[in-house]
Amino acid sequence: MKRLRSKINGMRRSPRALGIVMFAGLLVVGTGYTAVSASVSPNREVVRTQEQIDLGKKIFLANCASCHGKNAEGSVNAPSLIGVGEASVDFQVSTGRMPGAASGPQLEVKPVQFTLEETAAMAAYIGSLADGPSIPDAAYLQANGNASSGGELFRINCAMCHNAAGAGGALTQGKYAPQLMGSSAKTIYEAMITGPQNMPVFNDANITPEQKNDIITYLTYLQNNSSVGGEELGSLGPVSEGLMAWLGLLGLLVIIAVWLAAKSN
Amino acid sequence: MTENSKEVELQSSAINSEHEYDGGLRVANLDAVKDPGLEPHRVRMTDKSVKHEKAAVRQVSLLFAVSMIGSAFALWAYFTFPLSENLSTVRLNTLYLGVGMTLGLMGIGIGAVHWAKTLMPDNEVSEERHLTRGSDEKRAAAIEILNAANQESGFTRRKLIRRTLYGSLALFPLPGIILLADLGPNPGDSLRHTFWKKGTRLAKDPTGIEIKASDITIGSVFQIIPSGLNPENKEYLEEKAKAAVLLVRVDPSELNETEERKGWSYQGIVAYSKICTHVGCPVALYEQQTHHLLCPCHQSTFDLVNGCKVIFGPAARPLPQLPITVDSEGYLIAQSDFLEPVGPSFWDRSVKS
Amino acid sequence: MSIVKEAPKKNGFLAGTANYVDERVGAAGILKEFGRKIFPDHWSFMLGEVAMYSFFVLLLSGTFLTFFYDPSMAMVRYDGVYAPLKDSLMSKAYETSLNITFEVRGGLLMRQVHHWSALLFVAAAGLHMLRVFFTGAFRKPRELNWVVGFVLFILSMAAGFTGYSLPDDLLSGNGLRIIDGMIKGVPFIGTNISSLLFGGEFPGHVVIGRLYALHIMLIPALILVFLAVHLFMLIIHKHTHYSGPGKSDTNIVGYPLMPVYVAKAGGFFFIVFGVIMVISTFFTINPIWNYGGYDPSPVSAGTQPDWYIGWLDGALRLAPTGLEFMIGDYTVSMNILLPLVISLVFLGLVAIYPFIENWVTGDKREHHALDRPRNAPTRTAIGATGVTFYAVLWAGASTDLIATHFKMNLNQVLLAMQISLILLPIAAFYITKRVCLALQRKDKEIAIHGRESGRIVRLPHGEYIEVHEPLDPYDLYKLVDYKDYKPTLARPNAQGKITVGARVRASLSKFYFQDRITPATQAEIAEATHHNAELEAQVQKAIESGK
Repeated sequence: MKRLRSKINGMRRSPRALGIVMFAGLLVVGTGYTAVSASVSPNREVVRTQEQIDLGKKIFLANCASCHGKNAEGSVNAPSLIGVGEASVDFQVSTGRMPGAASGPQLEVKPVQFTLEETAAMAAYIGSLADGPSIPDAAYLQANGNASSGGELFRINCAMCHNAAGAGGALTQGKYAPQLMGSSAKTIYEAMITGPQNMPVFNDANITPEQKNDIITYLTYLQNNSSVGGEELGSLGPVSEGLMAWLGLLGLLVIIAVWLAAKSN
Repeated sequence: MTENSKEVELQSSAINSEHEYDGGLRVANLDAVKDPGLEPHRVRMTDKSVKHEKAAVRQVSLLFAVSMIGSAFALWAYFTFPLSENLSTVRLNTLYLGVGMTLGLMGIGIGAVHWAKTLMPDNEVSEERHLTRGSDEKRAAAIEILNAANQESGFTRRKLIRRTLYGSLALFPLPGIILLADLGPNPGDSLRHTFWKKGTRLAKDPTGIEIKASDITIGSVFQIIPSGLNPENKEYLEEKAKAAVLLVRVDPSELNETEERKGWSYQGIVAYSKICTHVGCPVALYEQQTHHLLCPCHQSTFDLVNGCKVIFGPAARPLPQLPITVDSEGYLIAQSDFLEPVGPSFWDRSVKS
Repeated sequence: MSIVKEAPKKNGFLAGTANYVDERVGAAGILKEFGRKIFPDHWSFMLGEVAMYSFFVLLLSGTFLTFFYDPSMAMVRYDGVYAPLKDSLMSKAYETSLNITFEVRGGLLMRQVHHWSALLFVAAAGLHMLRVFFTGAFRKPRELNWVVGFVLFILSMAAGFTGYSLPDDLLSGNGLRIIDGMIKGVPFIGTNISSLLFGGEFPGHVVIGRLYALHIMLIPALILVFLAVHLFMLIIHKHTHYSGPGKSDTNIVGYPLMPVYVAKAGGFFFIVFGVIMVISTFFTINPIWNYGGYDPSPVSAGTQPDWYIGWLDGALRLAPTGLEFMIGDYTVSMNILLPLVISLVFLGLVAIYPFIENWVTGDKREHHALDRPRNAPTRTAIGATGVTFYAVLWAGASTDLIATHFKMNLNQVLLAMQISLILLPIAAFYITKRVCLALQRKDKEIAIHGRESGRIVRLPHGEYIEVHEPLDPYDLYKLVDYKDYKPTLARPNAQGKITVGARVRASLSKFYFQDRITPATQAEIAEATHHNAELEAQVQKAIESGK
């Protein structure tokens, strides 16, 4: 490490030192990587019956295996599902994102294809393959946390993509962050722990389960309380306000001005 | 009408085939269609029938009465809908006050216009215009005054006075302008340093909780501030505005690092300044699969695994990278401050001080 | 006003008051001079009034807000009624803005009235400018008043921007940060100016107070002064009116100030205020409680300025990658400077346009009768070009929302905007000019041959014709009453030299007036009428012989 720092300081430049550093780096990365993977622990004790797993496997083979592979090992068309966890299955299937439609920039929300039992069975099957984020504990989905702390966390970690009022926003190349005003507490929680598609993961070390509950509390507040100022114009900020000023305000006044200047009958 | 027609005559006499006349490039149309004069006045219903007139009178008074009711309603609403801890009271207060005041205003407005349109005379009146310039006599008188003023003051004659006056007028605002210099300090090298120092631990924004490398799983993004930077600091927001960092862990095999930056990441964990190199918005939209960072303000896009170089949008420079490592307790720490100024470009940012 | 005339009688309260006022300020003289001034009536003449009245509404609502607002950047912990911000760290400015919203009766309403009327103020001023441009109302003697109006438009944007920043929330804070970034990009002095503005480093502790001082004192005072000059010149020049029968450059046709115009314009103030009030009652604007206090780390998707700054933001977005370069050790941020320069050049052209057109036409006469836009095809096309250019920049500020709401690719939207910024204005020029010329041609056709009656008749030799009816003289005059200009050649001056200026002027005059449709003359109309009469006679004969 000392050598490394001196290199940065521009004091010395030795190819041998660099080689040693790189070797050491690789070694650390290798061991660290396994350590990191192991540190993702399930949120709670998982209860799944063999019956569920069998049913889940059957549904999986019939509906998902063509893309995700017979053993969920993935293919060129779809990622491996080993280790994605039950939360991931539940998020993708219960919002209708999976099974996916024709390829687009990202998976769209569609009508849900499976019943709750079927979804739970598939989740159980995938969960049985390897450990991963599990379905969140209902205790953290009560929206009974601190909305103020949740609001602050939301602005720092989420608002850049999802908009400060949860109205959603654009990403690159046709992708987008969906709006959150219709999302359930469970969906929000699962999205945070699984990081669906291009959304990053917010593990418990980053945002603790209590803090996730705070964020859910804040979003629930926004969902349940419409603006005290009146119609929100999509919560899109100055753009929709500007359109309203031109088309609504000025448009109305122009119509009135036409009446005002027209000759009376 | 005589003066007016004289003006017209004056104008048309100036027209000739060359272009050096008053009308410039305008072409005289000698065979123009004659102006038939104002269109005949059309008589309104309210002028023809007493019934309509009376109806209009009633309508106008009704509108004024609506206004009175509206204003009274707003007064009533002010006291009837007080504000409380319950936010729905804000909605009700706004709604009823607004409706009352709208009626109060619109009643007067529409009433007055309706009155003017239906009951006041609607014969259009024609009035002559005069040239904006003064008549020759007026101009002569004005010039007379100017000359007299010049004579009496000696403005043209007394060169010394005139020139020193110009000089003093040119100089007197300068002290006023220089007073503005104390609006802010000389920036000095403040833009080149941030709160990060060798060994500063990385902490979560806004809680300030320090983090370990093992906390960060692949695909995670952490919003980071330097440990020890908290609202009690005197320059909290100013420091935060420069020190905000985005921390991401990617599969080390995906990371393309240049030779000299090989040691700046730790096991695939990289830290980049969040402040856009374009005009300084926080670039915080991280796409986990493409590893692109997008700025929501002007859509500059940075490729995180390739040294955050710009792949789209108006920004020109990569986001500055914060060299990091871990300390003996496993906490992530900065190896040093940023090695270049963070944020938007400025004139002498590359000048070594 | 009749009371004033009878003032000397000194009986009754009103008469007494009128006498008192007249003896002290000479009210009778003022009323005699202005009381029956003529004002032409047209809806498009009300746009400037909308702007002026929304400014009055701004003054009223703004004064109310100042009673409760504190422009301090000192940090406090929020202790108000809005639960999702409880105990948050924020500036006093943001806290008091929240308190106005949630704890002052009518406070939210007044905040919304203030913000909506601000948006309306700039929009109405802009539309008023477009009306003046497209009808040629800026021509002599009103060139200077155009410049005054232009300054008012810039001031209205300045007033809007300084106000936008005052709540000190996340949205406005990021807006200020963008301004800071742009200022820093100015070569040589950028960082110093930024430091002067913010009193040190961004965001500092003073900028809100400084913007507040500008927002409530300097800028409104300047607006009032320029507004007074604007109106003073309006009185000097008298209002323009649309050309047509009985309306020319030497007269003014309309209604007397008292009583008709006072009732209409006075009533219209209440209508403008009322419309602002109703929109403010039912539509949220700037829900500051959603954004939280300013913190330099977070940002919200969809961070945009208010609409009137949008075109500048769009210019920043549309700058292509890689414009920044170095001269030695010094950084030249062309990605910021280029949009800045383009915007300033655009504004500069808007400001001086009347002088350009006046130089080209050389028309030194006074113009009080307005052009129909079609009758000045090149000017109208230039206007359309400017509007399109502005509109693309404006749309450029909402690329992200266009992408999400029309399910498009953000990157492609931006690319399309960059191409549009160059192609669309050019297309707008040619299309507009062709459309104007076509309309003029059609007008001339109708003026000469009359209106199509819809009666189709077969002549004895087998030809089918549609019978045209002549126009009544008023409709006819509306179609032919416009001025015709012809391009000039570069001529030598007194020294026998053809100057560069003369050449430029000659080619500009060609650019303006090469394609022109001359107004129909009496001879043309008489000939056509004669022809029509002959046809009519044939038709009559055919009908009779058919029987």
